[in-house]
Amino acid sequence: MAVYEPWNEARAAEIIASQAGLEGAALPILHALQHAFGCVPTEAVPTVAKVLNLTRAEVHGIVTFYHEFRRTPPGRHVLRLCRAEACQAVGADKVAADVRANLGVDWHGTTSDGAVTLEPVFCLGLCAVGPAALLDGAPLGRLDAATVAAALETAP
Amino acid sequence: MTRVFVSRDIFSVVLGANAVAAAFAPHATVVRTGSRGMVWLEPLVEVETPTGRIAYGPVTLADVPAILAGTAPSLGLTDEIPFMKRQTRVTFARCGVVDPFSLADYEAHGGLAALRKARELGAAATIDLVLKSGLRGRGGAGFPTGIKWKTTADADGDRKYIVCNADEGDSGTFADRMLMEGDPFSLIEGMAIAGFCVGATKGYVYTRSEYPHAIATFDTALAVARRAGVLGNDFDIEQRVGAGAYVCGEETALLESLEGKRGQVRAKPPLPAHKGLFGCPTVVNNVITLATVPAILTGGAEAYQALGIGRSRGTMPVQLAGNVKHGGLFEAGFGVSLGELVIDIGGGTLSGRPVRAVQVGGPLGAYFPPSLFDTPFDYEAFAARDGLVGHGGIVVFDDTVDLARQARFAMEFCAVESCGKCTPCRIGSTRGMETIDKIAAGEKVAANTELLRDLCHTLKFGSLCALGGFIPYPVLSALDHFPEDFLNPQGIAAE
Repeated sequence: MAVYEPWNEARAAEIIASQAGLEGAALPILHALQHAFGCVPTEAVPTVAKVLNLTRAEVHGIVTFYHEFRRTPPGRHVLRLCRAEACQAVGADKVAADVRANLGVDWHGTTSDGAVTLEPVFCLGLCAVGPAALLDGAPLGRLDAATVAAALETAP
Repeated sequence: MTRVFVSRDIFSVVLGANAVAAAFAPHATVVRTGSRGMVWLEPLVEVETPTGRIAYGPVTLADVPAILAGTAPSLGLTDEIPFMKRQTRVTFARCGVVDPFSLADYEAHGGLAALRKARELGAAATIDLVLKSGLRGRGGAGFPTGIKWKTTADADGDRKYIVCNADEGDSGTFADRMLMEGDPFSLIEGMAIAGFCVGATKGYVYTRSEYPHAIATFDTALAVARRAGVLGNDFDIEQRVGAGAYVCGEETALLESLEGKRGQVRAKPPLPAHKGLFGCPTVVNNVITLATVPAILTGGAEAYQALGIGRSRGTMPVQLAGNVKHGGLFEAGFGVSLGELVIDIGGGTLSGRPVRAVQVGGPLGAYFPPSLFDTPFDYEAFAARDGLVGHGGIVVFDDTVDLARQARFAMEFCAVESCGKCTPCRIGSTRGMETIDKIAAGEKVAANTELLRDLCHTLKFGSLCALGGFIPYPVLSALDHFPEDFLNPQGIAAE
């Protein structure tokens, strides 16, 4: 389980400044913000824009282009379930349908108790041990609905 | 103590290699390597003996005492396992053999000799050697690497860059990941050679965020190389992490992303070799392309060129994935037939049912039926049959697959991942999805099929990059080779 920091403007400015010297710093900055806060907080956008000499609209454009950047923090656990062809070939569609039914959420949704956010992902490079997933960054393979449930149950 | 080798590749970790390694640790010297690529045998354990490494797998915790006692049934010498013996390992020669973090191990297995050789030969002669080897871009486009390097070397610029494309987004491919996790120094050396040849002092590796394990491994390897002075003097490398956009595997979108922008495709020309990263001359190569260069320099251009067929020279790390019995990585000279790869080497399906289709080359690659299994693995031979080799991934499906559903998925994937810059891809993908839904629902099937073909034509010729341009391959191949799947109204369920 990831623990995120509460929003803090000074902390955000510090994170942004730590990456600002890199060439093409936008993605490293956004990754660092998301690592700390669990998302790219809307409040951070003006500072990012100022540091990168971009407009707020441009930064908004970057944040929203990439699937991985969130606008709000996720649930306590993030399950990224692979939907791509190699996993489909070994039953990923059924696993996904079962997991969504069991959790009671659709893609990108978070369970009502805030425990799990379900994200689709297109390929994790685990194509010979599918259906595959990342649970809080840890890889899982040869999944079915039961092993997903067990992994969620035992996730720290 | 006996030396025991256990892979730390993520495939092996998923299948329990960490626990197995921990169980051996009190009784043996455990070396964590990359994977040999025989994924169905993971966790694979190799025990060093005077005659070579003896393999055991798949190993469970219960097997550990018997392996230590020498009483467990073994698979014999690793190099003699048929899956290994049939390969020609050039790019992956060290993968699964060496400790990925040991520069000494890398050098003991021939590493860094190529960089010294390049410096002795000089830039022009080294580029000439790469050109003569016939090496083509392994990311999928198959452009001659030597020409790319020469163009960048000849371009005027105060600053030049080497950019490594490690945004391996194609489903069914994992060669880049396995190399970065198993033999990262070969990529580092290949990039250093490229930098020396074109006059670049900075290299970037753009790795997809879906590979957290590879990212961590490669960063560690970079730190080791820097401490040893391999990097940091006249050339340095920085790893950057993507953010979940498939299109960033397209070289110009990747450059935009590295520059800190939305990952939208650029129109070409100008070529990246002339105006690439931050407007500077830039070599953009795939992981496998760059990591193969050291082996070409040490083994000789002629030896590499002698492998393969037609205009596809050298070896290709083929990745067997999906519903396949013997999944993993198989490196061989170009020319092996698709059927040999899927049936003889891959062992057919994991489910035991008949193979009905294989998709070669990722989500933009065509679906081939077994009647096309005589197609040799060769860029031109696949193109002649309206398919592509791509990055060398083969996804196997059994007879439960519904190709209308796969065609719809291709359009859906394109709609989700389109960068939005050109209209055919941005809008055509969604219209394609809708049209396939109509066909599946039995609505004006003939007219809508004609419309879908027309749309595919527009996408193929009107799109700015390979995402929209190649998405017709899976769609049309499904229509052409599996028309019966489009006639069944129950055959497709829109999610």
